[in-house]
Amino acid sequence: MSSNDETIERFTSRGYEAGFYTDIEQEFAPPGLNEETVRFISAKKGEPEWMLEWRLEAYRGWLEMAMPTWQNVRFPPIDFQAISYYAAPKQGPGSLDEVDPKLLETYERLGIPLHEQKMLAGVEEGGEEGGSGASGVAVDAVFDSVSVTTTFKEELAQHGVIFCSISEALRDYPELVRRYIGTVVPRKDNFFAALNSAVFSDGSFVYIPEGVTCPMELSTYFRINAGHTGQFERTLIIAERGSSVSYLEGCTAPQRDENQLHAAVVELYAHDDAQIKYSTVQNWYPGDENGKGGVYNFVTKRGMCAGKRSKISWTQVETGSAITWKYPSCVLKGDDAIGEFYSVAVTRGYQQADTGTKMIHMGRNTRSHIVSKGIAADRAQQSYRGLVKVLPTAANARNYSQCDSMLIGSECGAHTFPYIDIQNSSAQLEHEATTSKIGDDQIFYCKQRGISEEDAVSMIVNGFCKEVFQKLPMEFAVEAQKLLEVTLEDSVG
Amino acid sequence: MLKIQNLQARIEEAEILKGIDLEMGQGEVHAIMGPNGSGKSTLAKILAGDESYAVTGGGVALEGEDLLAMEPEERARAGLFMGFQYPVEIPGVSNSYFLKAAVNAARQARGEAEIDPVSFLKLARERAQWVQLDESLLNRPVNAGFSGGEKKRNEIFHMAMLEPRLAILDETDSGLDIDALRAVADGVNRMRSPERSFLIITHYQRLLNYIVPDHVHVMVNGRIVRSGGKELAEELERTGYALFDDEEAA
Repeated sequence: MSSNDETIERFTSRGYEAGFYTDIEQEFAPPGLNEETVRFISAKKGEPEWMLEWRLEAYRGWLEMAMPTWQNVRFPPIDFQAISYYAAPKQGPGSLDEVDPKLLETYERLGIPLHEQKMLAGVEEGGEEGGSGASGVAVDAVFDSVSVTTTFKEELAQHGVIFCSISEALRDYPELVRRYIGTVVPRKDNFFAALNSAVFSDGSFVYIPEGVTCPMELSTYFRINAGHTGQFERTLIIAERGSSVSYLEGCTAPQRDENQLHAAVVELYAHDDAQIKYSTVQNWYPGDENGKGGVYNFVTKRGMCAGKRSKISWTQVETGSAITWKYPSCVLKGDDAIGEFYSVAVTRGYQQADTGTKMIHMGRNTRSHIVSKGIAADRAQQSYRGLVKVLPTAANARNYSQCDSMLIGSECGAHTFPYIDIQNSSAQLEHEATTSKIGDDQIFYCKQRGISEEDAVSMIVNGFCKEVFQKLPMEFAVEAQKLLEVTLEDSVG
Repeated sequence: MLKIQNLQARIEEAEILKGIDLEMGQGEVHAIMGPNGSGKSTLAKILAGDESYAVTGGGVALEGEDLLAMEPEERARAGLFMGFQYPVEIPGVSNSYFLKAAVNAARQARGEAEIDPVSFLKLARERAQWVQLDESLLNRPVNAGFSGGEKKRNEIFHMAMLEPRLAILDETDSGLDIDALRAVADGVNRMRSPERSFLIITHYQRLLNYIVPDHVHVMVNGRIVRSGGKELAEELERTGYALFDDEEAA
């Protein structure tokens, strides 16, 4: 018995490894939201006038909008006036040598290499299949409201790739930003997108020129540090004709008793024959075992397959957050465009997740593929919500959807809400859904063969998620697998 | 090898084992027979460590060690194997991956190095042959979508891979056609050795035509009411269990 207790003790005390706080001098906007807040943020960033106007328009739109109520998650009303919309380390962004050592230490502790010579294991040994000649991972590190540094910028520039914070992009490439921002997720798309458009403070910007295969993985690491602040980041990725890029985001936050709001917008834009692969490993603080604290992760992510034969692929591993509410989507506008969505969402304790995707078929012969794996343990609730919409213009559209849920214990729940809207009779759709449970009988069977409970759970869960993990870049797949083990290991028995 | 003394157990309010005594020597094959609900499968599960049952009295020693104090996985690593009456499906986990983890857990417990993949595969192919298990089932998820016969062959295949010192087979013969029954029996007979003991739990005498036991025990209503040699099984086949119901009542 004692060995069992020790294992559980080890994992519960291990709990959330990213839950520490960095004590660093920071500059805050006073809590509250009004036009002044928007002007303050815009001024802090030294933005052009049009950007301020764009933000103010979004803010005015937001004022007239109400919180949606259709989601299958429960939380008390959010007081938007109690949140600080801007928090930044006092010292501004700069080259790596100028970054505050405390910040470097923070990222070091999180296992994010900000030193360019340091590569993530696995990449050197052959990199991604297809041999893009990847030689490392470029990282943009966003700390609360600002980007602290971006690595490998110069090397990327040699290929014409722009990878920087969105604040820098607004300064250095304003016309590019202006042409694309809000074209995929309009300012008034939804309540949180409007809020983000008004107050977003930083995020990443990626531009891949025509015909270029980005020579390395790009990644942004989001860290919420300060208390009583929201993080509102905005990411914009543009892939020109015939280009391709693989991008990954990771997220963590300190353990706090209060709920923190994270409302991001991600826009992807793919031209003819371009490919964007966007992977997320989300590990925001989920709250304690009684459901206190944790991040509200309310995010709008959408990709526009504008060009012919373009392809956008979302892969997400969601283990954190008190509430996850997001639907990475694809608008398949160009003929023969492909949209993909691969998701693993894990909820335990009192976590809630309402997540899925939307595939909007507009062009001819467009195809979409959805694989969603939901795992719920303890008292967690989880919903898959997906929309497949085929417009009259989308002749021969095809969709395949697979939604599998796994329950661990008897107090959790899994729900599936697949919506289908077909306006072209040549469309072909397939939908499969399963619900399974890690039963005591499975655990006992494994134990009888000499396999410990923790190995049994991890084996079963990894088997369940294998299909999605295979879609992640190799080194992150290993990370995701480990994260899942830490998240779930003491959840049975 | 195994010594069971006055073992009593219940599930919720129902008393199922009412004092079992049984001693097994090394290399011996014992069969426990009995009607449905006599508690024979319960005995198997308690020996394997199923926590749905509460042991309320008595004790079990495996080679002098207190078996009941051990976790199920510790019992397995100490060389106890149970073939399940209803083998469990584990979707997404391949049979060979699962077995490799099991084999390595036992090796690790003995302080041995992990088996290398090539030797493992070679061994797995050889042992699968013993029970005529289709090789394709090695790469399929554990028991998922297996036929009834394939599941039981797979249990014996697991046993052959794990090379236990004590194998408990819980109604391995139930629901098997004659070919599968032979394959299972062949697997068991191949595994018989002076070091290895078997406890075979069955409702029917049929299996014992193929696996000839050294000792037969009859269990009725939570007690072993009679023990004897292999001829006891044949007698039961003729008379049925009704006789013992009377004994129990008396």
